[in-house]
Amino acid sequence: MITELGHFALILAFAVAILQMLVPMIGAQARIPALMAVAEPAASAQFFLTAFAFAALTWAFVTSDFSLLLVTMNSHSAKPLIYKISGTWGNHEGSMLLWVLIVTLFGAMAAWFGGNLPQALRARVLSVQAAIAVAFFGFIIFTSNPFLRLAVPPFDGQDLNPLLQDPGLAFHPPFLYLGYVGLSMTFSFAVAALIEGRVDAAWGRWVRPWTLAAWVFLTIGIALGSWWAYYELGWGGFWFWDPVENASFMPWLLAVALLHSAIVVEKRESLKSWTILLAILAFGFSLIGTFIVRSGLLTSVHAFANDPERGVVILIILALFVGGALLLFALRAPALEAKGVFSIVSRESALVVNNLLLAVACFVVFVGTMWPLLAEMFWDRKLSVGAPFFNMAFTPFMVALGVVLPVGSAMAWKRARLGAVLWQYRGAFVLALAGMGLGYALQSGRSLIGPVGLFLAVWIITGALIDLFQRTGRGHWWRRIARLQRLPRADWGKLVAHSGLAVTMMGIAGLTAWQHEDIRVAQIGAPFAVGGYEFTLTGVTDREGPNYFATVGQVRVTRGGAFVALLEPEKRIYPVAKMPTTEAAIDYNMLRDVYVVLGDKQDQGGWAVRVYIKPLTNWIWLGCAMMALGGVLSLSDRRFRVAAGARKAKLAAASG
Amino acid sequence: MKRLLLILCLAAAPLWAVQPDEILDDPALEARARLLSKGLRCLVCRNESIDESNAELARDLRLILRERLVAGDSDDQAVAFLVERYGEFVLLQPQVSGVNWLLWGAGPLMLLVAGGIGGLYLRRRAVAPGHSAPLSPAEKQRLDALLNDD
Repeated sequence: MITELGHFALILAFAVAILQMLVPMIGAQARIPALMAVAEPAASAQFFLTAFAFAALTWAFVTSDFSLLLVTMNSHSAKPLIYKISGTWGNHEGSMLLWVLIVTLFGAMAAWFGGNLPQALRARVLSVQAAIAVAFFGFIIFTSNPFLRLAVPPFDGQDLNPLLQDPGLAFHPPFLYLGYVGLSMTFSFAVAALIEGRVDAAWGRWVRPWTLAAWVFLTIGIALGSWWAYYELGWGGFWFWDPVENASFMPWLLAVALLHSAIVVEKRESLKSWTILLAILAFGFSLIGTFIVRSGLLTSVHAFANDPERGVVILIILALFVGGALLLFALRAPALEAKGVFSIVSRESALVVNNLLLAVACFVVFVGTMWPLLAEMFWDRKLSVGAPFFNMAFTPFMVALGVVLPVGSAMAWKRARLGAVLWQYRGAFVLALAGMGLGYALQSGRSLIGPVGLFLAVWIITGALIDLFQRTGRGHWWRRIARLQRLPRADWGKLVAHSGLAVTMMGIAGLTAWQHEDIRVAQIGAPFAVGGYEFTLTGVTDREGPNYFATVGQVRVTRGGAFVALLEPEKRIYPVAKMPTTEAAIDYNMLRDVYVVLGDKQDQGGWAVRVYIKPLTNWIWLGCAMMALGGVLSLSDRRFRVAAGARKAKLAAASG
Repeated sequence: MKRLLLILCLAAAPLWAVQPDEILDDPALEARARLLSKGLRCLVCRNESIDESNAELARDLRLILRERLVAGDSDDQAVAFLVERYGEFVLLQPQVSGVNWLLWGAGPLMLLVAGGIGGLYLRRRAVAPGHSAPLSPAEKQRLDALLNDD
């Protein structure tokens, strides 16, 4: 019954979305306020209906309603509750429903909090947002309906893939989708502005919070996925340059570029058409990501919901939206004249360089991801493009970005003096060089990655601190420190986010350059040494979990005789899914992770054991968290809340 | 969930990449083998190197690679041996040859083009006076109200 209601709500939401797509746009073009006013209640209704449909599907998973095909395929009655819930989006149909739920959520948020937008712009934005929802509602209802019933329900389900039964991965997709789909809001703003033919400082200010929010979610989503891969896949890698990962990384890179160029639009009314183009491309890459993941185009052997027909539908949606928006852009962009004049050495130019590096880096990832397909289609060469290519072709752009970041971010608007900025950073530069030298002296190998990472991290963080301190103006240093707390939140956000990038870079460099690895057959009770630590496999026991059987090893870790940790790496077998998994045991620490994996029992006695010492690994995710926190700080800046203030003032005037 | 793709590869037993019995006695040779196998693709997997993969085939490739190194092949010869049998598909780092120049050149080329366009734009901005249609008085007032609020 609840399932049928959910199904019905979904179809109803589809109908409301069609209405919201057409009526407000007609109203805005013909300047009829009554028609424009349809947008807000429609956006709310669309969201609540979709939320109900999603709740109904979740309910079916929680109660293990095996009369639903989707539940049978992806759930099992013995599964812990949290994974029953996360199972709702652990499959193609359910994740599409989550996707469209977030589209409607952002639409509703724009309706609820968009009180300060001009009515025509708001009507157009909501109409474009509804158009995106219509496309995906149609896609779900006609090609991937999650509410299909089975005539003869089976006794139990086939279980969710055991690797997905993990807290890190349970929340990875929702965050990722909040990011992907959040960019749809920026897209809607861009298309609405193109239809209106006007982009000004106010537009820049309205569009930035949405981009920031989407980017924060995308950052968290990518970090969660990468962290999960680190501890779950059993060899401690954190990034594989897999097409699926690249699909989430490309919108992230463009969102970073967009965040920065929107500042130029807001403060200086320049870079308008470029910002609009970026907004279109960022969401375009989100759609390309969806397409890559779900079409099976780039994944010849295995794929998630590998269905060419569905892939074609998404490709059509992609072509329609991105193609349409680009056509509109070509027609209208010449009308978007830039206002601000600035010199070649200025904050504006620095942000152009930032955008240049990020966009080209994104292009490199895109070409690398698509190349195997292109090479096979046009030149009949079957080849692979893997991590070594990306590491070589992509990293230089990030290093360049890190080098120019502090200098660029300290430049003045309109006209800056490069010499003055550089002189101000002499201390940071010396400190960074010292860090680099230290890194070089301490390491035994010849890899440059570690020292360069140290240089960039010290350079960016010291630079960001100097920059923040400069913002406090002149006077005694103690008065300037007092003034620190009165700086706008956006300045603090900038400091935290930029430092986060530095911390992540340091983590990646440290892990890549200074990792120790050891693979061996360990006899029970016989100690062995790796990277300054001693390990002893003290025993191996069998254990039974809620829906799996585990073999657990006990590994005692000591350093110079002092106890460090007792690690219990596991091997699990999930009988329903007939799948084994490894659960690495990790002793976390800000300086290093001790990472132990248990392998097979050897015929000659003993167990295969793999041990890693991974320096600075947690800096990678700490940096991501700092970047996200910086985004949140910036989002809470007073200037984005002017609407709230204005509304209060209006209320006071009305009541007074 | 998206990583399902990557993961399915791991479903193949045994659940491990490089196993202790594969490791060569000579540490220098083993280090070379590890380095090379990071750049070779497991053919039945998605985008995984044979160093990371648990598939049977990846194990076979690791063993062949080590056999070649023990037999005295140089790094290039050992890799060429595998490419000859499995095609350039086995290389995770595409060769810099033929049309692949496009792939390797894509980044630098795009940087030049985009840098050129960006440079021209910046130069124009530095001299061109701003001239755009003024806002209507009502719009101007509204904009001021919004911008001056903080």
